[in-house]
Amino acid sequence: MKTFIAFVNKESRHIFRDYRTMMVLFLMPVAQILIFGFVISTEIRDASIGILDKSKDDASRRLVQRLSASGYYKVQSVFNYERDIEPAFRRGDIQLAVVIEQGFGNNLRNPDGTAIQLLADASDANTSQMLVNYCSGIIQTFAIEESGIEYAPILTTEVRMLFNPSLKGVYMSIPGTMAMVLILISAMMTSISITREKEFGSMEVLLISPLKPYQIILGKVVPYVVLSMINAISILALGIIVFKMPVLGSWMWLFVLNLLYILLSLALGIFISTVARNQMVAMFASMFALLLPTILLSGFIFPIESMPWPLQWLSRVVPPRYYIQAIKTVMLKGGGLTYMWHELVTMTGFLVLFLSLSIYKFKVRLE
Amino acid sequence: MIEVNQLCKQFGKVKALNGVSIQVNEGELYGLIGPDGAGKTTLFRILISLLLPDSGSARLWGLDPVADFKKVRQIIGYMPGKFSLYEDLSIIENLTFFATVFGTTVEENYYLIEDIFKQIEPFKNRPAGKLSGGMKQKLALSCALIHKPRLLVLDEPTTGVDAVSRQEFWEMLKRLKAQGITILVSTPYMDEAGLCDRVALIQNGKILETNSPEDIIERFNKPVFAVSDNNMYQLLNNCRQYPGVASVYPFGEELHITFSEGSVNPVHLKEFLVSKGIPDANIKQIQPTIEDCFMELST
Repeated sequence: MKTFIAFVNKESRHIFRDYRTMMVLFLMPVAQILIFGFVISTEIRDASIGILDKSKDDASRRLVQRLSASGYYKVQSVFNYERDIEPAFRRGDIQLAVVIEQGFGNNLRNPDGTAIQLLADASDANTSQMLVNYCSGIIQTFAIEESGIEYAPILTTEVRMLFNPSLKGVYMSIPGTMAMVLILISAMMTSISITREKEFGSMEVLLISPLKPYQIILGKVVPYVVLSMINAISILALGIIVFKMPVLGSWMWLFVLNLLYILLSLALGIFISTVARNQMVAMFASMFALLLPTILLSGFIFPIESMPWPLQWLSRVVPPRYYIQAIKTVMLKGGGLTYMWHELVTMTGFLVLFLSLSIYKFKVRLE
Repeated sequence: MIEVNQLCKQFGKVKALNGVSIQVNEGELYGLIGPDGAGKTTLFRILISLLLPDSGSARLWGLDPVADFKKVRQIIGYMPGKFSLYEDLSIIENLTFFATVFGTTVEENYYLIEDIFKQIEPFKNRPAGKLSGGMKQKLALSCALIHKPRLLVLDEPTTGVDAVSRQEFWEMLKRLKAQGITILVSTPYMDEAGLCDRVALIQNGKILETNSPEDIIERFNKPVFAVSDNNMYQLLNNCRQYPGVASVYPFGEELHITFSEGSVNPVHLKEFLVSKGIPDANIKQIQPTIEDCFMELST
């Protein structure tokens, strides 16, 4: 145990003495979360919309007025027929189409209610989601005012996402960035720190020391667990404070989830280091084998459901996918264990797999 | 007591070791002398159980580095050829780390390293990466010794170290030997061979000769002449043309020449050189060195 503590101590000194790397470790997540966060939350101003008013009564005219007065939308086209809408989307004239039902004004006070259809160009998923959300909000407020009934059930907004029906949520980028930053720091830093010992020859001395392989591996991991937890907390804090990310579920599960994911990433890093011969290889392996799949295949940027099936299948072996899903369950849906046990089990499985693989592959000799 | 029997080790197509057998006695300062790429590091790594041999066997006090690698690792102190301590840790941190990892404390075996460590102690809070070559080497030796190993394995400890530090280093090894530690050291510098009790000359994975340095020189048994002149290139070419010459090797600013049996005649060589337009060549007989022996054996 004393030797193990000495090892952890030594490892922490390596980390904390390297000021430049430390700065990168703590500032990179902040920079990334701000960049990715603001990319999705671009303000909406004067978005072009098209109106198909089948009702043409007082109420519908007031609604259109309300929409354009909001500042968010600018009425670009007024359609007479539904068949005109899609060409307008294709030409890029409009980003959102509002279709108002026949008899809108009368039916507002009718118990059966009335309906408005919103069509959005979802090829730009995040923007269209926002356009729809804002518009729905305005329409709801309008309906409440017009009918005088709170929670106006009489007006239903039907949303159709064109071109990308499986649009994912707007808070996508925070869990995604967390997945990316944590895996990058944990896996890349551990794999580099282990291969550095190989490259500098100190591994030879460690190998002939009485330290056992698992002690070397765990000793490398412990300081990075602490470091990554600090990072996870700072990213979450930014997400919650700056981007108003809700945490509907329990903080405990959020903690467990992050810890599990960090351990998993560290295991991956160790695994890479048992295969990679030097720091360069370790770095590139982490970049290409971990970072790119995390960005491309985890559902962070591209929805998994709209991928071709081979990629969908491939995304099943990308651990961040499960982390992102589970984080969204906890933060956005407020779900507990019942809703994410599948992800937790899968991640634990990955953790056990990579950890045992690395201990098995860790060589007590040089070849 | 170390016994190495017919060790072979191949890396791809390169035979790093090709049937190496040596024997090292308890308490001996044993030198493995050979040029770069001769197989010195490979032999050491097999002995300390960091590499597996393809064939052949080794025993360290009866322990097999393949089967009993854990026990073997307990009795050795190893200093790799490359400086392998942590450059961002200070001298004292490095030493304490290795002491703790090897299950001992700096105080416990301080007497063993005191001699060496005293010299770098004034800088003990300086990061190891900022030390001079000689100081790094002293620190590495201290770290390898701190757990009081039975066998000290030093892989080219003096490579890249200045002449004064090299001298000091060998002095330190002699004092450690006096403490009863068996020392196995490799070096590419032939002039260091004379400082060992016994040496093995190694080239291309084969042992050329094992003996005490004195015996090796004695068995060489050929007069060696040093020839020098201002124009070394011309001198070398002409000496090689001289009919009675057996070998000509450049050694720094001189050529070392041996004659073939029965034609030892430096006066005749002088006349030959004069006739070739080298009037002022300086010829004198010298004591053969280990390097002369090595050259002779390796051809």
